[in-house]
Amino acid sequence: MDTVARIAREVAAPFADEVDRQARFPHESIEALRKARLMSALVPRDRGGAGCGMEELAAMCEILGQHCASSAMVFAMHHIQVASILRHAITQPYYAKYIAELAEKQYLIASATSEVGIGGEMRTSICAVERDAHGRFKLDKDCSTISYGAQADDILFQARRDAQAPSNDQIFVLVRKNEFTLTQKGAWDTLGMRGTCSPPFMLNSQGEVGQIFETPFADVTSETQVPFSHILWSNVWLGIATAAVSRARAFVRQQARAKPGTTPPTALRLAEVSSLLQTMRTNVHDVASECDALMRDEKNGTAALSSIAFALKMNNLKVSSSQLVVQIVHQTLLICGIMGYKNDSKVAVGRHLRDAHSAALMVGNDRIYATNASLLLVLKDD
Amino acid sequence: MSDQIRAILKEHGRLAVDVATLADDSDLYQAGMTSHASVNVMLALEGTFDLEFPDRMLRRDVFESISAIRNAIDELSKGR
Repeated sequence: MDTVARIAREVAAPFADEVDRQARFPHESIEALRKARLMSALVPRDRGGAGCGMEELAAMCEILGQHCASSAMVFAMHHIQVASILRHAITQPYYAKYIAELAEKQYLIASATSEVGIGGEMRTSICAVERDAHGRFKLDKDCSTISYGAQADDILFQARRDAQAPSNDQIFVLVRKNEFTLTQKGAWDTLGMRGTCSPPFMLNSQGEVGQIFETPFADVTSETQVPFSHILWSNVWLGIATAAVSRARAFVRQQARAKPGTTPPTALRLAEVSSLLQTMRTNVHDVASECDALMRDEKNGTAALSSIAFALKMNNLKVSSSQLVVQIVHQTLLICGIMGYKNDSKVAVGRHLRDAHSAALMVGNDRIYATNASLLLVLKDD
Repeated sequence: MSDQIRAILKEHGRLAVDVATLADDSDLYQAGMTSHASVNVMLALEGTFDLEFPDRMLRRDVFESISAIRNAIDELSKGR
């Protein structure tokens, strides 16, 4: 954890503005995380990793998020993929070998879960696996966005089981650097999260049938992808919010020092935003800790993770933290005033605000509310 | 009971195949039932059989096949 804090402060922070301005990949921080062998943080020790749990990883995302949200988001997204392999495919010989290699070589995994034409619904695919008679497959996917696709070593993504399968009968598969080609189809010039480098790509790939997860994508989604995404993302957002509040605090302290004896009016706003931050932090930590316990519970964990009640809780976390982060950073801008608005000031919060606005869009909140609305029709809260 | 379950699946399951072609143990999700459709199936089952699935039963595997649904309904009916 100290290592991550040091990397966040000494490597991610100094380049954060440049990464943002140029919309370039934060290769300095990812390289430092690789050198610290943190790309295998979740991998158990007996498989060559650091053996961290979800809570520790979440804390790392938060610390990185305080200094460079793009670095933190890349780190988070990579680990969502590692977690999926560890929970659902590690018993397959291909993946046991792959994970050992990942721990040794510190690969970076991207995910290509978006697809042109599905309207953002991850549980629907158009592309389908084409198997041949020699145990190999071919798979092409038209992706509306692949975060750090051009920088990743390997890519994990979902597709229909075969050309006859309905759109929601999906498999999950990893393809390696020498097995895929990406053709970039557009630019990544966005409001925020600019360093994640997530343009649209055409993905053409092939591989061995043994690379296809035996567990259906539906189970991977509900038990791992959704909880890990919502918790790690929320921690990145918590990092953004924490950093912005810390700038606002510095600003208010400075005002107070200028006129000892009078409480600056901004201090009241600071008190207000500090309470919001506490609400966000408590919620994020509480859900992460509950989820971590379920992930470790070999007896009842899987049933609990795939329950509707849990899905609702995960969705609520995502929706609430993605809204709170914007609200909090917005308030810090009001506190810092023009000094927060200026990009070259020590208390600038423009980047934080722009990064924060991505939160509501990463799986649109309206889509999540619609899902929850339908879940609440059957959930009794008993 | 299986016929009633099949009728509900036909109306609300939004399956990609004709429910008549499915065996009792066929995987309904592989037959195209989405999680959204499964919620409607749950609601229709609760209405038709006049019961309520407790939260512990609101899991993917409880509704994954016709026989799994029948077992769930049997379990709930027994308790009455």
